Amino acid sequence: MFEYAPAPESRSVVRLQPAYGLFVNGEFVDPTDGDSFTSINPASEEVLAEVAAGGVGDVDRAVRAARTAYDRVWGPMPGRDRAKYLFRIARLIQERSRELAVLESLDNGKPIRESRDVDLPLVAAHFFYYAGWADKLDHAGFGPGPRPLGVAAQIIPWNFPLLMLAWKIAPALATGNTVVLKPAETTSLTALLFAEICQQADLPAGVVNIVTGAGETGRALVEHHDVDKVAFTGSTEVGKAIARAVAGTDTRLTLELGGKAANIVFDDAPVDQAVEGIVNGIFFNQGHVCCAGSRLLLQESVADQVLASLKRRMAQLRVGDPLDKNTDIGAINSAAQLARISELAAAGTAEGAQRWSPPGELPERGFWFAPTIFTGVAQAHRIAREEIFGPVLSVLTFRTPAEAVEKANNTPYGLSAGVWTEKGSRMLWLADRLRAGVVWANTFNKFDPTSPFGGYQESGYGREGGRHGLEAYLNV
Amino acid sequence: MTATAMSARSDLTELGRSETALRAFLHGLPGVDQVGAQQRAAQLSTRSIKATAKAWAIDLAIRMVDLTTLEGADTPGKVRALAAKALRPDPADPSCPHVGAVCVYPSMVPYVAEVLRGPAGEAGPAGVEAVSAGARVVHLASVATAFPSGQAPLEVKLADTRAAVAAGADEIDMVINRGAFLTGRYQEVYDEIVAIREACGPAHLKVILETGELATYDNVRRASWLAMLAGADFIKTSTGKLPAAATPPVTLVMLEAVRDFRAATGRQVGVKPAGGIKTTKDAIKYLVLVNETVGTDWLDPDWFRFGASSLLNDLLMQRTKLTTGDYAGPDYFTRD
Repeated sequence: MFEYAPAPESRSVVRLQPAYGLFVNGEFVDPTDGDSFTSINPASEEVLAEVAAGGVGDVDRAVRAARTAYDRVWGPMPGRDRAKYLFRIARLIQERSRELAVLESLDNGKPIRESRDVDLPLVAAHFFYYAGWADKLDHAGFGPGPRPLGVAAQIIPWNFPLLMLAWKIAPALATGNTVVLKPAETTSLTALLFAEICQQADLPAGVVNIVTGAGETGRALVEHHDVDKVAFTGSTEVGKAIARAVAGTDTRLTLELGGKAANIVFDDAPVDQAVEGIVNGIFFNQGHVCCAGSRLLLQESVADQVLASLKRRMAQLRVGDPLDKNTDIGAINSAAQLARISELAAAGTAEGAQRWSPPGELPERGFWFAPTIFTGVAQAHRIAREEIFGPVLSVLTFRTPAEAVEKANNTPYGLSAGVWTEKGSRMLWLADRLRAGVVWANTFNKFDPTSPFGGYQESGYGREGGRHGLEAYLNV
Repeated sequence: MTATAMSARSDLTELGRSETALRAFLHGLPGVDQVGAQQRAAQLSTRSIKATAKAWAIDLAIRMVDLTTLEGADTPGKVRALAAKALRPDPADPSCPHVGAVCVYPSMVPYVAEVLRGPAGEAGPAGVEAVSAGARVVHLASVATAFPSGQAPLEVKLADTRAAVAAGADEIDMVINRGAFLTGRYQEVYDEIVAIREACGPAHLKVILETGELATYDNVRRASWLAMLAGADFIKTSTGKLPAAATPPVTLVMLEAVRDFRAATGRQVGVKPAGGIKTTKDAIKYLVLVNETVGTDWLDPDWFRFGASSLLNDLLMQRTKLTTGDYAGPDYFTRD
């Protein structure tokens, strides 16, 4: 047996403070009317730090700081100067990427291999990409001199804390907006480290404000009268509440919500790579991915063969310490999320689907869920309809391409889809018919700052990334 | 395997009887997505192998080395020295394992055989257990079949093979006819491997695909299957005479092929990446690839080898570093 010895990434690169304040107007401040909460390491339940919970007054202070910075400094600043700050931030992120990656894994539970090799490179790439647009907005296709919106309120989820921050902040700043960002309450720490980077980059005070807190803080931010734009990534339920809150106002809104993506494998697929794509589609980031390929649609003629390969491959997945460089699957982000995953998985069994996980033990402390597949799943089962947001794959089969399209589209969501076939014509035929913002061809969960991302129906509206992502922050 | 799949094992042996059947089978194998295969190999290369795992992997890698010299300038003296090193790679440390095999041109086989066999009827060189013919601890491999180009008439290739076996080689590394393969003359390639296989007698046959000339991973998969169907005991990436030699993605595709072939036929075939593997780090990446693609059944010198020359010294240096805590200079290891 080739047993890999533990290969833990060192934590010493991260200097955790016992308590963190809010980042308002360029400095860390204590909340005036807020409270505080603890942020824990989901892999060990160890307390990492005390984090401030911003109240209504704190949110107001942050929005006012952002408004002043917008009116006096950032709004009037020429694009080429804004670009300098963004390039500087991008470089600082690269320089401090190990520190950011380790902290992200500590606070979120994702494997260091992913925070190091996926999250952080993409975060830096996003800032570099939008830095490049800052002085070229006249040529972005929105006519001459497109104007920013003003103050953007941004609320991000816990699955990719720093990457979602980058998706939100980079385009907003490049187009001349200032921001108040609220990270998810379980994963505030990298956003606060990012605030330090803003200081290090000499970003003018008030351009970026970070107000930590839970749902109440977010509500205060969204409902603030002086916010020009709300950008939200998270659950469909909260997204609907936000849409109701801003309805009737002239606040702009973009929402990136849930998903229940179909990953469709045809009988002429490159099988070994398709299996990798299935694994990457659902087990990447513990399945805490809004565009996760959580419904696997297998063509009947290859279903048994692909399933056998998938099970063999799943047996190789290494579940455990997120900071171990050889870990493939880390911890579930919170006790609440673990409960949600467990509840839906139990429903899968109760509704008659067959559950399978590779043999292996889970750590005792912390929040863990073994990679799981359900076979014999029907369209009517809850596990085929509801977003699980965990390492649980529902396997369905189809006979004809038309049936694949019908099943794939039969969901209230429409964020992403994957197609595996060696036949180019079939690929294009499907891409035309799948109602999803992204269709991946012979790959899955592939992200790039130049590529727009967003959904249909209950997966939200608006696009982030690429030239399209500029539009959400411009008055056009 | 796809739908082409192997319903009955006997069907596969029939394939070699018809060009049409061979073609239909090989072209019916599932395709390889280039980007995906490269991505998977790159992902596995990030595995961090430390401490006890590293020590274990280094010793295994040493046992898997086919210590190779294939130069026009090879002399009996040089190959004798190489053979001595194969038996005891680190004279300072008796716990260091011997390598898998010595690999030389046919004309050099008798000189290597002498050393590996040891004086007749006596124990082998000091520190190595007694060896008798047929139970060599270090195998003797020879390239044959007009290596490296393969550009010779079949009769010449067969004679080349028989001569190497007669001189004492127990493993033959042959090259396939890439021209025939790339123009779709699969039957010709197949028949040639079958003929060489027969000429090998008891010796093991390693079939070199020269993947650097096959251009696509689809071709690598097809050539792997063609060689296995024709009776190869091992499939090997490269001659080492081209700049494009073994790569992790190519080896990954070949490992998938041997895995699927065993599932279909019950027969296990070995894999040998050759050329360009120079460091311990590289070697360990390959072992991880083996471990996570085909599993422990192949983590054995009988089923996985490295065709390499400079790799061994790097493995020995890293081994010394792990045991003593210090790096020794290159002068503390023999250069051949």
